[in-house]
Amino acid sequence: MTRVVLRRLASSVIVMWGAASLIFLIIRLAPGGPALVLLGPDAQPEEVAELTTRLGLDRSLPEQYLAYLWDVSRLDFGDSYRLGQPAMEAVLTRLPASLELAAAAAVIAVCVGLVLGLIAGYRRGGVVDRVTSALTIGLQAFPTFWVGIMLILLFALVLRVLPSSGVGTPAHLVLPAVTLSLPFTAIVARLTRSSLVEEMDEPYATTARAKGLTDRQVLIGHALRNSLTPVLTVVALQLGALIGGAVVVENVFAWPGLGSLIVSAVNNRDYAVVQAATLTIAGIIVLLNLLADLATARLDPRIRLGAA
Amino acid sequence: MSAPPVSTQTTAAETVTFAPARRRGRVRRGGVWVPLSIVLGYVLVALVAPVLIGYDHVATPVGDRLLPPGASTSDGTTAWLGTDGLGRDIAAQIVYGARTSLIVATVAVTLSALVGMIVGAVAGLIGGWLDVVLSRLIDVLLTFPGVLLAIVIAGLFSRGLLTVVIALSVTAWTPFARVARNVTLSIKEREWVSAARLMGIRRPAMLVRHILPFVVPPMVAMATVEFALVVLAEAGLSFLGIGLPASVPSWGQTVANGKEYLDTAWWISASPGIALFVLVVSVGLLGDQMSARLGRTGRSTGS
Repeated sequence: MTRVVLRRLASSVIVMWGAASLIFLIIRLAPGGPALVLLGPDAQPEEVAELTTRLGLDRSLPEQYLAYLWDVSRLDFGDSYRLGQPAMEAVLTRLPASLELAAAAAVIAVCVGLVLGLIAGYRRGGVVDRVTSALTIGLQAFPTFWVGIMLILLFALVLRVLPSSGVGTPAHLVLPAVTLSLPFTAIVARLTRSSLVEEMDEPYATTARAKGLTDRQVLIGHALRNSLTPVLTVVALQLGALIGGAVVVENVFAWPGLGSLIVSAVNNRDYAVVQAATLTIAGIIVLLNLLADLATARLDPRIRLGAA
Repeated sequence: MSAPPVSTQTTAAETVTFAPARRRGRVRRGGVWVPLSIVLGYVLVALVAPVLIGYDHVATPVGDRLLPPGASTSDGTTAWLGTDGLGRDIAAQIVYGARTSLIVATVAVTLSALVGMIVGAVAGLIGGWLDVVLSRLIDVLLTFPGVLLAIVIAGLFSRGLLTVVIALSVTAWTPFARVARNVTLSIKEREWVSAARLMGIRRPAMLVRHILPFVVPPMVAMATVEFALVVLAEAGLSFLGIGLPASVPSWGQTVANGKEYLDTAWWISASPGIALFVLVVSVGLLGDQMSARLGRTGRSTGS
């Protein structure tokens, strides 16, 4: 197990280094250098030159790259020119709201998706199964921003039961979390169903049935645990997509999280914040993947013992 | 380093499937015609849009502001889907939006499929460090949610078709590359490839004549699934105001414009979403039919 942990940890570090390099590359390729952005279009050439020196942008690219990596490793992304505070601080003040939204959506998606998927897989061809497969098609084909707006229309403007945007009470969380959860509910339900169906057809399930166990006992005693392993992995991986989806959903509901921060930072060319926010999200996703890998290894002896 | 690292990560395209597992592999007769004709209908509408319906993005007939669906405008025509806050026809915006959506998605998916196929097949055929680098690169790209990279690239670079296409393709090529690599890995051990190698055929020729014919069919099936995802992503970008320039009508933009009139003129935001939904569902169903016919899809996890 220790070897597995160390190997996965090392590959996480490599992937993070790659992610930081990719962001460096994108920002370097973007038109309009940071100095020009900071000073505005009316800046004198001398001012631009002076600031370029001060920001270290006149050094060679490899030098800049190494300095950047050093800063990133200390989580120092410099100051946001627009917010007047360290970029990482801006990200950290917005992060809890995003995590709250993503966590709420994940809980909804996992609970509803698991229940639907298990019922659909247990009673193949039944009503729940058919409704779930229709929902799986539908929920993933709606753009989330549009679903959000339609939910605002229905629940905030027509029925007037929920607030349309902003934060404050738990009621404010309902519409954004539900909007964000819908496509993931569909994914979890579909995956749970197919995984359960697969496990129920495995030889060990047949053996258990041959020993006289009922379908329900096979499900609870044997198949359930095994069928949840792939679901767990995909849920962890989908949490990353969930955070990505949150970027759009936050903008619909004026939710003060990372998503709305990133969109405004991108529009204002606030490079420090763009870097800090994107790498924070990448870091969270790498961490989730790592945890998913380790949890899978824990649950699946074939991986734990290094056979895979 | 014996075997190249096989990632356990999955991309959106690999987990997003429109059909329940039960129907996978079984091709129902006729199942392909309904979605196919809907998609062709969209293509036709997008192609003949300028002939079909006139739309002037700059004209703002304020007398016709916020007309409900079916109302008559001041110049005597009927606004079947109503008008927006500047008096512009919603039906026309949807027709022109279809054009935008289909052009962006076609270009982005074609580019992604070509790049992914070639990179994946070459990495699979040559193997070694090239393959390791490719696998790592894909891992790195997957640490960012696709939408996030698209937002950053589309937002930082100058507005235009090229920027949007690149922003959407940056992550969209990875599932193609992964599948192309996996198919190549399994094909290159087959007898005819070994025979070709023994006959001294060079690698580029081998790639084109012996490997790619097997890689192309699953690529086509995946392209339909990716197409649906790219249409959704493009709409998301234009909803956020960082897609194509504001002068180009697009569904996401119309939805965003309608948000401020939601309590008085719900039809502005509602109709483009439905147009989008019907297209994405049809393309998705078509993709499932293609996957069933053309064999392997992105769901295979590797060697």
